[in-house]
Amino acid sequence: MIRGVFRREIQILFRAKGAVINPLAFLTLSTLLFVIAAPAFFYDGQQQPSSVASGILWTLVLLAQLMALDGMYRRDFDSGVLEQILVCAEVPFVAVLIRIFMQWASTGFIIVLCSPVLGFLLGISAHALPELMAGLLLGTPALSLLGSIGASVTVGFNRGGIVLALLVMPLFLPTLIFGADMIEAAEAGRSVMPQIYALSLISLVALAIAPFATLAGLKISLEIQ
Amino acid sequence: MLTMQSLTCERGGNTLFQPLTMAIAAGEYVELMGDNGIGKSTLLRALAGLHSQFAGVFEASDSLYQGHRLGLDGLLTPIENLSWFAGLEEQVVPAQQILDTLQKVGVLAKAYDPCSRLSAGQQRRVAIARWMLSQRKLWLLDEPLTALDQTAQALMTQVIADHCSRGGVAICATHHAIEIPNKRTILLQASSEAVLT
Repeated sequence: MIRGVFRREIQILFRAKGAVINPLAFLTLSTLLFVIAAPAFFYDGQQQPSSVASGILWTLVLLAQLMALDGMYRRDFDSGVLEQILVCAEVPFVAVLIRIFMQWASTGFIIVLCSPVLGFLLGISAHALPELMAGLLLGTPALSLLGSIGASVTVGFNRGGIVLALLVMPLFLPTLIFGADMIEAAEAGRSVMPQIYALSLISLVALAIAPFATLAGLKISLEIQ
Repeated sequence: MLTMQSLTCERGGNTLFQPLTMAIAAGEYVELMGDNGIGKSTLLRALAGLHSQFAGVFEASDSLYQGHRLGLDGLLTPIENLSWFAGLEEQVVPAQQILDTLQKVGVLAKAYDPCSRLSAGQQRRVAIARWMLSQRKLWLLDEPLTALDQTAQALMTQVIADHCSRGGVAICATHHAIEIPNKRTILLQASSEAVLT
């Protein structure tokens, strides 16, 4: 079953490339807009790293994730695939977990790979870029996992986007705080271990809760349709 | 195979139909009849485990549910969809068997097209191919005749009859009687509460 579900996810990923490209394009464009709107802010000519750059980058990552989350279960819900997973699969939990993993691999992980470029654009100093990548690598799984809970509850609404944002943004806050703080600590030459622990903890707790909560949310959505 | 004890479904606090008590044995074909909105689909969803607002007790196992939404992914071809269904039920179906089944239901020519390019009737035929490949015993079918032409209706009747003769059970919610030997019809009656409100 795991192989079948996984194969389907990969086939879909290659046929609906928008799921990968849209969040990335949004992230790149909005980063560029920030830089164009206030160039002096990010490049003040004094080699002084801007302290808001890390916050801006993480906020944009959050928004890009939010955009991608809205469609996370919608296609499967509309086509009836979700019903079939819940009725037929021996362990629906595994299918949900694979879906979340693929969502992360197609958004969060790609963002991690592109983040040095974005960080560079925002004027984050080069020696902090590895920490930026590490922070995103540890933090984005939490965004996909927690966001999946919100997506599962709102999938039955026609326009669930705003409700989804209201539901999951508060859950994203700890990740945002520690993620942005990690880049600043790296810029200032402080140790980033506390932030690494905090981000890992958030992601692991989310991993323990999210698949079950998502499954419950999907059942509710299928019932109230 | 399936037992119900004073089972009735609820929606938003209202009881939908009068309680049902019955036992359905292997090899039986059951037709669920009743007016629109009486709760035929809801009963099938409850039996499939998708609707939790019900009163009474039922025992159903090894079920295959076919709702109004077919569960076919529009981006995938019929072959990919069918092998995904097989994987979901922990079986491995050889590619040749999938092709043979698609030929039986008459959509072999579309085997390599994405399902979104198939017509509604053709998608239904792929869904029938899925029942044929499944090992599940209890089929819960919601309006299976929708969008099917004459030949496909005859084919579907044959598929259900074969399934029942092999010891399976099929329960259909439908408005058009399907001619199958040993048919049993359940007519859902509005509950008295529903009449009052």
